[in-house]
Amino acid sequence: MRSRTTGLVFALVLLVVVSLLSIAVGARSIPLSTVVHLLFERDGSDASFVVWDLRIPRTLIGIAVGASLGVAGAVMQALTRNPLADPGLLGVNAGASAAAALSVSVLGLTDLRAFVWFAFAGAAIAGTVLYFIAGRGGASPVRLALAGTAVSAALTGLTQCLTLLNQQTLDQMRFWTVGSLQRADDATLVRVAPFLGAGLILALLLARPLNALALGDDAGTSLGAHLGRTRLLSLLAVTLLAGAATAAVGPLVFVGLAVPHMVRALTGPDQRWVLPYCAVLAPALLLAADVLGRVIARAEIDVGVVTALLGAPVFIWLVRRSKAARA
Amino acid sequence: MTRRAMTVSAGLVVAILVVAVLALGVGSISVAPLDVVRTLLGNGSRLTDFAVLDLRLPRVLIALCVGAALGMSGAVFQSLSRNPLGSPDIIGFNYGATTGGLLMILVFGGSLLAVSLGAIAGGLATALAVYLLAWQRGVRGTRLVLVGIGVSAILQAVNFYLIVNAKLADVARATVWITGSLNNLGWEHVWPALIALAVVVPLVLVGVRWLDILEMGDDSAAALGVRVEPSRLYLIVVGTAACAAATAVAGPIAFVSLTAPQLAKRLTRAPGAGILPAAWMGALLVLAADFVAQRVAGSGTLPVGVATAALGGAYLAWLLRRTRR
Repeated sequence: MRSRTTGLVFALVLLVVVSLLSIAVGARSIPLSTVVHLLFERDGSDASFVVWDLRIPRTLIGIAVGASLGVAGAVMQALTRNPLADPGLLGVNAGASAAAALSVSVLGLTDLRAFVWFAFAGAAIAGTVLYFIAGRGGASPVRLALAGTAVSAALTGLTQCLTLLNQQTLDQMRFWTVGSLQRADDATLVRVAPFLGAGLILALLLARPLNALALGDDAGTSLGAHLGRTRLLSLLAVTLLAGAATAAVGPLVFVGLAVPHMVRALTGPDQRWVLPYCAVLAPALLLAADVLGRVIARAEIDVGVVTALLGAPVFIWLVRRSKAARA
Repeated sequence: MTRRAMTVSAGLVVAILVVAVLALGVGSISVAPLDVVRTLLGNGSRLTDFAVLDLRLPRVLIALCVGAALGMSGAVFQSLSRNPLGSPDIIGFNYGATTGGLLMILVFGGSLLAVSLGAIAGGLATALAVYLLAWQRGVRGTRLVLVGIGVSAILQAVNFYLIVNAKLADVARATVWITGSLNNLGWEHVWPALIALAVVVPLVLVGVRWLDILEMGDDSAAALGVRVEPSRLYLIVVGTAACAAATAVAGPIAFVSLTAPQLAKRLTRAPGAGILPAAWMGALLVLAADFVAQRVAGSGTLPVGVATAALGGAYLAWLLRRTRR
């Protein structure tokens, strides 16, 4: 118990360090001491502009989106009892993208405030479709992963079709094809923050019922868990988290997959610990990937590319380990 | 081949001919079906010769070649993985072919031939990588598919990175290619497609006898004297070659290798891989999808890949519902 609290504190420190790096590192490198100084005093210099108007919003968005995807992944893995679940991999993010593209091309919406609702609808529909295709809770990990790939392939095709047919959609959606923090600003953060916050709180409240669910339907029910209600609320939490995160930065794969696995190795299966750890470590990972993308190439590599490059090997490793894929 | 399978194949060929005559005749210069046939037989006027032979025939021939190759490739992989979703576009081999082609277009500014070779090399390299990553005392179907999903995520990211960081002029060429398009193809593209098919088809057919035995399970296959892993690797290589050759010509056309073998199988109701019916079905699908795509979007032609993606998506949802256990 105490060691897990200490661990969480370490995780928080790690997140702070990565956040500082994310503010300091970039096309224009700013010494850490200056960064810390500027955090307390905006002096109107160029460095101050870069820090306050570009890097800080980007970092905050990274934290919010990372926490959302990490927690969404953990909830999905608990809900489906599937170690391969991830909102990106299972097509929930692709659903949000496709619905947003539809709203841009058909209704001509250009403001995030308006199409974030479509992103939610898309995420909810994709999540629900997936849930029913897979056959409610009882699907094998393999089947669910396949269903997710199929759904997301079809939805990505739809998005592609819309962007090809309509120049304006193409322009709006460009940064959405892959996840990127590059265009994040204060306004984006302000608009999605309430949804992400609500989703996070809902998910944390679900920790105990999800623990009961993990014991199996029968044992869970006998422990007093309301299965139907827990599933519905979990789906709602995932929709809020993944939908708003996608609306803000585009579809990101693998963040929600990898982090819960690392976390469970540290904390064990208790969701009351898994979820908070995910909320802290997933953003640390996302920001690290973002910083890495800024450092390794002359032209910036979008964070969605980096997370795919880092996450896919984890996924393959999990597949090789999993009993289900041995059949 | 069972009698039913032969009847179905014959029916598919007839359907292909009908759609082909339609595709050759309909357009800004309209040619009546009988005149299309007359022109094909060498008795056309100068105008119909131009419209049918110069303008439209290359596109139709390429659609048929590409579709047949994709259908075959899908049948091979679905049989190998014993999974209706185990097709090259889900496993990611065509993402690899795309990466190879994109590298040629965007980084080396290569010719058409270079793009084709790049696509084939990319597809084969991906197949090999997936095979090795999925290897654990042999390769099992589901693991092959899941590892393929992981690898395709990496390749999609790479493809995206290549496109975002390229020169705008090249990007235009690349985006059309990456959607899978038969626009602006002429006779100079037909010959490579036909040659690729002439090489790949016999190689696939040679492997088919192992395919049917492997479907019985590894142990039974071994008992029947088949060297399981070498023949599986051979089939993966030729199956990938078929898919990569199609990608080289027309870009990655989505969902054909997934749907064609399944639809053919439902019609023939025959056991086994059903390579030839799948090939006919693939050819028909691409031809018909291209015919529709050319006419659906008022101005500007929609790439055929968009039409197949839309059809394939709906089919996929239905398939998943049905095979639910």
